[in-house]
Amino acid sequence: MRELMLGNQAVARGAYEAGVAVATAYPGTPSTEITEFIAKYDEIYTEWSPNEKVALEVAIGASMAGGRAIVSMKHVGLNVAADPLFTVSYTGITGGLVIVVADDPGMHSSQNEQDSRFYARAAHIPMLEPADSQEAKAYIKLAFELSEKYDTPFIVRLTTRVSHSQSMVEIDKPQPISIKEYEKRPQKNVMMPAMAKARHIVVEQRMKDIAQDSCRFEINEIQEGDPKVGIIASGIVYQYAREVFPKASFLKLGMVHPLPKDLILEFASQVDKLYVLEELEPIMEEQIRSWGIQVIGKDLFSVQGEYTANMLERAIKGTDIDVRVAEELPNRPPVLCPGCPHRAVFYNLKKMKIMATGDIGCYTLGALSPLEAIDTCVCMGASIGMAHGFEKARGRNFSKKMVGVIGDSTFIHSGIGGLIDVVYNKGISTILILDNSITAMTGHQDNPATGLTIKGEIAPALDLVALVKAIGIDNVQVVDPFNLMESEAILKEETQRDEPSVIIYKRPCALLDKRQASPLMINKEKCTSCGLCLRLGCPAIQKQDDAMFIDDSLCNGCGLCKQVCRFNAMERVD
Amino acid sequence: MQNVNILIVGVGGQGSLLTSRVLGSLSSRLGYDVKVSEVHGMAQRGGSVVTHVRFGEKIYSPLIEEGKADIILAFEKMEGLRWLHYLKEDGMLIVNDQAIKPMPVVTGAAEYPDNILNRLNDAVSKVFVINALEMAKELGNIRVSNTVLLGVLAQNMDIEKQLWKDTLSGIVPKKTIEINLEAFERGYNIRV
Repeated sequence: MRELMLGNQAVARGAYEAGVAVATAYPGTPSTEITEFIAKYDEIYTEWSPNEKVALEVAIGASMAGGRAIVSMKHVGLNVAADPLFTVSYTGITGGLVIVVADDPGMHSSQNEQDSRFYARAAHIPMLEPADSQEAKAYIKLAFELSEKYDTPFIVRLTTRVSHSQSMVEIDKPQPISIKEYEKRPQKNVMMPAMAKARHIVVEQRMKDIAQDSCRFEINEIQEGDPKVGIIASGIVYQYAREVFPKASFLKLGMVHPLPKDLILEFASQVDKLYVLEELEPIMEEQIRSWGIQVIGKDLFSVQGEYTANMLERAIKGTDIDVRVAEELPNRPPVLCPGCPHRAVFYNLKKMKIMATGDIGCYTLGALSPLEAIDTCVCMGASIGMAHGFEKARGRNFSKKMVGVIGDSTFIHSGIGGLIDVVYNKGISTILILDNSITAMTGHQDNPATGLTIKGEIAPALDLVALVKAIGIDNVQVVDPFNLMESEAILKEETQRDEPSVIIYKRPCALLDKRQASPLMINKEKCTSCGLCLRLGCPAIQKQDDAMFIDDSLCNGCGLCKQVCRFNAMERVD
Repeated sequence: MQNVNILIVGVGGQGSLLTSRVLGSLSSRLGYDVKVSEVHGMAQRGGSVVTHVRFGEKIYSPLIEEGKADIILAFEKMEGLRWLHYLKEDGMLIVNDQAIKPMPVVTGAAEYPDNILNRLNDAVSKVFVINALEMAKELGNIRVSNTVLLGVLAQNMDIEKQLWKDTLSGIVPKKTIEINLEAFERGYNIRV
């Protein structure tokens, strides 16, 4: 049976067919759906972990306990999980262990476009890279087999275009979940210097063995064609190259680390001109060149952004492709949804001229016009540590005119440590936790504070107030962001303190809150077109021919504009 | 058969996913190789979104290149203009006569172009302008405007009508099959 499947869904299917016992993840575009699909298989224990480091540690534990385990994350998540990653390379596995990492060339939904292949090289962990959904499923199963054969974790690297495109997949029967006997093995599983030294020798030999054997792996395949042009490619770039050069010779690499040196030397000897086509960093190119082989790669292309088939055609064939000229039009950046509770917080911050360090989530959109309330965005959890840093550099008076802004899930992910630092090192930061009861930007995943697991089971909900108090914050207030007046008073009170404080803004995400309030309309008699309501940056409020109007198909009835309007012009539609 | 390339463009939240799911399911039912590329994550929050659908004997890339789309289906008219350079020389454009102002326009930093339909008509010989929102309102549910557009698309493709309806019925929620089929018929029967 064949089915049209998203790449991420195919990864999940592969895990199921491989008899995976435990699956973990922290959500992050473009990897999120992998674990959502795995959770649909009743047989597989699946969890959202609080962050990627914990997710990997749970998977390592499951593997050492004898079961097959899979952990999924986006590229920057692997930074968070890097600590266990480098050492699980030394311990190796008991049940197969596969780490899926989804890179985001072109930064569709990310803060950088780092290349995860560096991690495979740095941590001495083999890496596979599928080029479509069928391969995604097949490579996951192969990764588990090879993981157990070579006693090493495997990384499977995806990119946005593989994760988020659908293609046909052949469905196979799953193999049953089996758990190996647990055996105490300190020489292998306790990484103290003496044991780790011995294991490092094993790791070095293992990678040499795999590099040698991979010359015969079917996923590394020479596809003979016109010998004038030879192309080495993997993943999505292989597909682009195939579109443009149907007759060229290809070496399609399913394994991108370690590289099959002898196979590449053989291919190089068969072709006149050799191209290495890879998005992001010239990782294959530099290795191949170091073997004394002449290749063409990044001298034609940038390390920034995605490749396209037209780009390859222009650069390699030198042909001009005649297309219409793209129009110069107003941008359409993403926006906070109508009814979003974050909008109310940012409106107040801007009004009160309070500067804010920001974090990763929907609320990062608060940096954009017209709200422009967020000054920084670096990584998950950074808002708190950075607010503390601002205070230590510029002093307490500056700190009284600023806050750190972080979401509920991001705070749990990696904001807690920052808050401990503020208390421990006698900071006075005011931190706003925007608790919308969900991990929203990635598409509504539960987290430890929502009271539900990924499988929809009831779980103990983390009490953010108690947690914050336990850290040593004495001043904690909970407020409804839609109560603008109260929120303003509390902001003033807490930022002025000579002590650290936390304000928890509690209201569910507008897309989650299904309570239907009737939309608002503008009474044209009362409206003076002052434009104050436009400062909310609500997509439903627009200006047409110098008059304000509310698009009732977009308005969710939150009523924030009614609070802001000084002329009482906003009225509810009955 | 030549590969078919359909680009679906609009604003995040407009529901282009239904159209791409119908097209994907339909072309795999017909035995074609098919690839669909979607947008998830940040851009979904009211940003400019694009979905690529390709089917034929053998599809490698899931993306349509600039100048290679046979059909562009635009859920919002400025987005139709934004992605127009993806349309091939003699390609077809189906455009919803709806304007959704982006934030820079709302705040007054930019202006929404006022002559979009003229510009589209000048640039493309096969243009269908549809007021899908109005039709959906007449049917009593603004959410089916995308199904009206699907009907227009179906009318312009060489695939049996019943197959479209069967596929559509299999994808939309059970409770909404009837109104979706009605919306599909409205679009299918438009004579331009």
